[in-house]
Amino acid sequence: MIRFENVHKSYGRHEVLKGIDAEVEKGQVVCLIGASGSGKSTLLRCVNGLEDYQAGGIFIDDRKVDAHAASIHDIRTRVAMVFQRFNLFPHMTALENVMEGPAQVLREDRKEVRARAEEHLRSVGLADKMDFYPSALSGGQQQRVAIARALAMRPEAILLDEPTSALDPEMVGEVLNVLRDLADAHMTMLIVTHEIQFAREVADRVFFLDSGRIAEQGTAEEVLARPKSERTQEFLRRVSHLL
Amino acid sequence: MAPLTERMQDYLPLLITGLWRTVAVSLLALILATALGLVWAMLRTSRNVWLERPARFIVEFLRGIPILVVLFYIYFVMPEIGIDLSAFQAGVIGLALTYSCYIGETFRGGIEAVDRGQVEAAKSIGMRHGKMMRRIILPQAVRIALPPYGNNMVMLLKDSSQVSVISVAELTMQGKMLASSTFDNMTVFTMVAALYLCLTIPLNIVMRQVELKMGKSR
Repeated sequence: MIRFENVHKSYGRHEVLKGIDAEVEKGQVVCLIGASGSGKSTLLRCVNGLEDYQAGGIFIDDRKVDAHAASIHDIRTRVAMVFQRFNLFPHMTALENVMEGPAQVLREDRKEVRARAEEHLRSVGLADKMDFYPSALSGGQQQRVAIARALAMRPEAILLDEPTSALDPEMVGEVLNVLRDLADAHMTMLIVTHEIQFAREVADRVFFLDSGRIAEQGTAEEVLARPKSERTQEFLRRVSHLL
Repeated sequence: MAPLTERMQDYLPLLITGLWRTVAVSLLALILATALGLVWAMLRTSRNVWLERPARFIVEFLRGIPILVVLFYIYFVMPEIGIDLSAFQAGVIGLALTYSCYIGETFRGGIEAVDRGQVEAAKSIGMRHGKMMRRIILPQAVRIALPPYGNNMVMLLKDSSQVSVISVAELTMQGKMLASSTFDNMTVFTMVAALYLCLTIPLNIVMRQVELKMGKSR
């Protein structure tokens, strides 16, 4: 459902994506791994037009993503995003954060939206925090609200940009558990992550990015347990202390 | 000379009329300046250079001219090109134009201080620019801009005394006239100062309360 065709992007003269070809199928969980600066977050942000790209194409169900076209707003309602630093709206409660998209952007019936938002917050284990402002929640709780906010859009896919990198270690587990549930429910997810163990466990496919190219892609088993590329082997050796 | 309390009673009605005129000028100017300031801020934070540049030019231009000159210009020069304004109207417009720049810069600072991640989060749920401004950015920017905005309010109130130079009969003007006809400078100007304080001190207290209340809900 998400297809990358020879995607190129540069910041000025610095080329960050040097021709990305890949495909994410419906219901798949794909983890993007690679060193920082390899372009994995940039690639993710191109999918919903938070960044533009200069050549090639990204297609969502055959609709081309163009950050500067009017169609981008509609694409964003169908591909949700979860950020490293949560980015909850600080002037709204957890419940209001989750309701904002469906109520204000999709203009759905407020009562229904509310019921659904409550359901989503329950599903991420925050039934008792609905009326709390983000500042009163821990990092792990905030990220779970952010996931509920993404789910409330009833997206066809969710993009997650290092969802656990800004969390204290003891809170990583609660967020990963929510993501495991989503993977089990066959939510299409594209996850930039440093959690190799988690990737091995939930990913259907893994893309290993190295300086703007996909150096290796395949099933989690193929890429993470029996990497063919030397770069992948080297990267996995370097992050192995995290396992 | 009559006893102090008697003189004060004599002066008070005239000064109170001036006080109301001061309140009227300030309030109208504040409303206009706030609306216009919001426009400047929106234009100056726009990504469109054809909106941003002219707005920046106008703001820099107005900010570089003393308020007295702005008032003189509106009151004395505008009639020459066929725009006749009463002293009161000219005073309100002059104050509003000048303060719209300060207030606009205050709002712009507030908007720019909102975390970039908020823009991305709003975009990522499909929000368009206008709704994002209204629902996400401005509510947060207002909280940030509130303390400096409160300062602007008090400064505008005090600077409303400047419109006395184009003969608006506000508090300072009334004081000046009373003093020159009675030569009782000390009593008159002490009363004038006290009356200004009757406005500015409560205003400061209210602003502090609002700030406290807004700070709590975040």
